[in-house]
Amino acid sequence: MSDAAIFTGAAPAKARRDIGIKRRYAAEQRFRLYGIIAIGIGIFFLLALMVSVFTKGYTAFWQTSIDLPITFDAAVIDPDNERASDPNVLLTANYPRLAQNALVAKLGIDPGNRALVKQAGGMISAGSRTQLRDMVVADPSIIGTTRNVWVLATADVDSAFKGQVDLSVDEARRKVSDQQVEWMNKLAGEGTIAQRWNSGLFLFGASSRPETAGMGVAIIGSIYMMVIVLVLALPIGVAASIYLEEFAPKNRFTDLVEVNINNLAAVPSIVFGLLGLAVFINFLDFPRSASIVGGLVLTLMTLPTIIIATRASLRAVPPSIRSAALGLGASKMQMVFHHVLPLAAPGILTGTIIGLAQALGETAPLLLIGMVAFVADYPTTPLDPATALPVQIYMWANEAERAFVERTSGAIIILLAFLAVMNIGAIVLRRRFERRW
Amino acid sequence: MNMLTEAAIENRLSPMSNERAVKMQGRDVTVHYGEKQALFGISLDIPENQVTALIGPSGCGKSTFLRCLNRMNDTIDVARIGGKITLDGQDIYDKAIDVVELRARVGMVFQKPNPFPKSIYENVAYGPRIHGLTRNKTELDGIVEESLKKAALWNEVKDRLHESGTGLSGGQQQRLCIARTIAVSPEVILMDEPCSALDPIATAKVEELMDELKQNYTIVIVTHSMQQAARVSQRTAFFHLGVLVEEGPTDTIFTSPHDKRTQDYITGRFG
Repeated sequence: MSDAAIFTGAAPAKARRDIGIKRRYAAEQRFRLYGIIAIGIGIFFLLALMVSVFTKGYTAFWQTSIDLPITFDAAVIDPDNERASDPNVLLTANYPRLAQNALVAKLGIDPGNRALVKQAGGMISAGSRTQLRDMVVADPSIIGTTRNVWVLATADVDSAFKGQVDLSVDEARRKVSDQQVEWMNKLAGEGTIAQRWNSGLFLFGASSRPETAGMGVAIIGSIYMMVIVLVLALPIGVAASIYLEEFAPKNRFTDLVEVNINNLAAVPSIVFGLLGLAVFINFLDFPRSASIVGGLVLTLMTLPTIIIATRASLRAVPPSIRSAALGLGASKMQMVFHHVLPLAAPGILTGTIIGLAQALGETAPLLLIGMVAFVADYPTTPLDPATALPVQIYMWANEAERAFVERTSGAIIILLAFLAVMNIGAIVLRRRFERRW
Repeated sequence: MNMLTEAAIENRLSPMSNERAVKMQGRDVTVHYGEKQALFGISLDIPENQVTALIGPSGCGKSTFLRCLNRMNDTIDVARIGGKITLDGQDIYDKAIDVVELRARVGMVFQKPNPFPKSIYENVAYGPRIHGLTRNKTELDGIVEESLKKAALWNEVKDRLHESGTGLSGGQQQRLCIARTIAVSPEVILMDEPCSALDPIATAKVEELMDELKQNYTIVIVTHSMQQAARVSQRTAFFHLGVLVEEGPTDTIFTSPHDKRTQDYITGRFG
């Protein structure tokens, strides 16, 4: 009928053809523009975040050290010559003195000028104590010899050397003296003070001195927690989803369970922290600050995410595959484990990794169970006190020293790198296991 | 077991279906999906080694009835089945019958080809494997080859058994599904509009295959195409609105139907 009208070119045809093609295209163009603007805003803020974090944080990966010819003088290390009978002597010796002596000799300062010697000693980090002690304890035969050792400079010298300190400020109002700056420049001219790769950022535990503060404990704590979350949340979550999706009768009770799981996913994490505190620490008497408690709390938080993702990917497996398996005489269990689960696996993996990434960045519940602590020693088991990556960022952000600012940003970069690796892993796994039907 | 054979013999002797023994039998079968009743007292005999076609307009209950025959309706929570369906005289809804075993004896081919997203070999080998039909790889290889040959697919796929079954054409996929069903040595094969997703050439191949398969298997096919029912089936049952209107030898149904509704349907006046 309409065809006829168009062909005859009658008046009604014109009315019908006036469907606002231009308006439609204009609307589409506008919509596309909105989309581009939305994405643009997102990218802008992401870039702003990245640029701010990286410009502030990249310097944290290099730390200023001084190359000193250190003489392991037996008179300083073991003045009473008792190290054969008392091994503690080697542990408690005055190692910073060795470094100080070496620097004083190198700068040609009169050892009798106490003020100058003290200023020179103030350029060397107290971290030299552990560094030199470990060398001597590992190999006592170096006592009496002279070795070139790169020892850490203090955070103040580090900041000055990186150009972060405004030297035009009056000397009394900054932490590096003019004398120290002069020495620093002298050493720089000789090439014996330099920025070196800061492996301590990844290895050291907590410290009140920025140059010896690292994320080692936090990284280990986070790894413990991720392993606990993975081991607990993945099997429990997948089992619960399979039961709910494939076996449970569809009735009011399962509806209620579903609503509650979805609610659980939206519960603020701090509430999970309180729950963990009440149940795991107060009631079950687990140790405070331990990664096992953190892992358990994060497991509870991650479960809803994994269950929701797993159920969605189970539901996405075409019903025809189930019919095919059942029609061949497979039992329901065989159907699920031989056909449905393998097809849902990429989705489950993606959901799990996203859940893990979420858990990795979670801070609030960890504060409540005491994982915000000054932990200097590596936790050897999940029962030992530890911190976590995001908590470490929180703690460093609270520190006053200038040098902790760059460390905070450096820690954020490390956390982002972990998250990026996990999310890229999720994409790679999905690509690899994705199948078509 | 004895009772079973006796019942089977009794069925063979019964004069109900022109000399052929009755393989499956439905008596007053009713199905409810929740509140809605889908089938109203269907009584139908499925003769052995013949093709029985179930025809009728959409929503008439023919697929529902087919799915009762291997209890696929069990997978739908709200479905309730009444009446009695027997296989070789034994009630398949009896508590003593294991549904897994039943489905091995009454196989099913679906409307849309649904090979597993695995290799061709794995598709066919899956059934024998879960039912423990073979003791070693050689026997399994034998079953796979034999099933693919019976499904007239062997020559096309023998060089690529380990490629994915989903990479085949639609018609090949459907024959792969038939091969997969045959591999568990069923007695009855149910086909739910097996050719509706296939082109005419693939359809012809599947129809040809059905004709051969009926030597060894009892086949029940649901189809929308009356030409197909006429071509492949020996007996035809016409369903309408959940009721079995008429049932008999295909020739009779298509040439001189007793019921007005059947006549209207096969002459294309509705449906």
